[in-house]
Amino acid sequence: MNDLTYRRAADVDAAIATVSADPGAVFLAGGTTVLDLALKDAVTHPSVIVDIGRLPLRGITEDEDRLRVGALTTMEELAAHPALRRRVPFVREALLAGASTQLRNMATIGGNVLQRTRCRYFRDRAVHACNKREPGSGCAALTGAARMHAILGAGPDCIAVHASDLCVALVALDAELHLQGPDGRRTVPLRDFYVPPAGRPDVENVLRHGEMITRIDIPMPPEGARSGYLKVRDRTSYEFALVSAAAAMSMSGETITAARLALGGVGTVPWRAPAAERVLIGAPAVTSTFRAAAEAAIDTPFTVPGTAFKIELAKRTVVRILRTVSGAR
Amino acid sequence: MPISLQLKVNGQVRDARVDDRTTLLDMLRDHLALTGTNKGCDQGACGACTVIVDGRRVLSCLTLAAQCDGREVTTIEGLATAEGLHPMQEAFIRHDAFQCGYCTPGQIMSAVCLIQEGRAGTDDEIREFMSGNLCRCGAYPNIVAAVRDVAQREAY
Repeated sequence: MNDLTYRRAADVDAAIATVSADPGAVFLAGGTTVLDLALKDAVTHPSVIVDIGRLPLRGITEDEDRLRVGALTTMEELAAHPALRRRVPFVREALLAGASTQLRNMATIGGNVLQRTRCRYFRDRAVHACNKREPGSGCAALTGAARMHAILGAGPDCIAVHASDLCVALVALDAELHLQGPDGRRTVPLRDFYVPPAGRPDVENVLRHGEMITRIDIPMPPEGARSGYLKVRDRTSYEFALVSAAAAMSMSGETITAARLALGGVGTVPWRAPAAERVLIGAPAVTSTFRAAAEAAIDTPFTVPGTAFKIELAKRTVVRILRTVSGAR
Repeated sequence: MPISLQLKVNGQVRDARVDDRTTLLDMLRDHLALTGTNKGCDQGACGACTVIVDGRRVLSCLTLAAQCDGREVTTIEGLATAEGLHPMQEAFIRHDAFQCGYCTPGQIMSAVCLIQEGRAGTDDEIREFMSGNLCRCGAYPNIVAAVRDVAQREAY
């Protein structure tokens, strides 16, 4: 077992100072990723874990145009907020499609954004080749069992999926992350937060050492917007996505006037599909439009034998969710 | 590094001195001699170690004991009273909702919370919100029947 020290942070500044002072220190929130990787899989080796679980970064406030979600709000707490059902049902659907109730009671929204990949080769220290763990060592997934791996943003360096359901809906809504670190505060759109793996799969996001997510802002779409989340998986519940799709749209009669689309289970990062949105906006809500959007969404995929089936599955998933959300027959 | 904790377990204040890497599960079993909570996968995948912390069901294998300092923990040992078993325990017996019994403490703790959460309205809802508790014997139909039974009795 790794030798590590537990410390409980008294406040946000102290937590940041403690982690900043030690290159091996990490923040501990819900623990479902950090403890799993450090204590169980032993693929990360933190020297100090700084428990931020009791800091006052928990709770949700609703403004006219956005929800402000404290980073330590749990997945269950966010899913229970009445504004989700009313304004952004697909965020609630995505939350409840993830993990189990026990894990959602533990896992925080900030931690969900920062969760590490479920790639079995990354999580198995007996596997040598993993560029994410050991830069330059290769990628065992390329020739391995890759059913759960990525086809978008992927390449010969890494095909690990970002497995969040929630972040698929959040990236579609242009959620914003509020960060605080030793050099002060900044705001980063979720869309610019993640870094695709090309060249350096070990670098997953723009967060600096000692910096933490304090708040996630979720902009609300206009009244009357519809949304939905569809998760296709090998089991009905408590399973990661093979493919998922989050869609939101506004319509005037049969014409789509606004559209947001993002994909999960297929991307190295939560995958926004702007080219598909351009196809949808101004077009009639019919199956041929949706199929054209799906073709645009799955642009230049990178596949290995284990993931090739995901191209068509992802396109059909996109068509299905767009039909459902639009109410098209 | 050893760490001293005080928490309330099944209504009783308990002190413990554990290594700071000790999980809540290992502290319950090895330090407090509460072996009713079972260790299945020990990695957050099976639900066998489900306990209630401050009113919410969580996985004790992925929770550090240190994170629970000052909190209230309820385990399977804390459900029965002087009057007898908890209604969910009674229902599991009545419906034969287990074979080997290894997952049963976790199933029952999860089911008690499920009813408090108001998520036992239909069989589909029970299946969905109990999905974090795996049963390798496949006693699922009887588990659903036991939970449904308690939910319907409590609805009166």
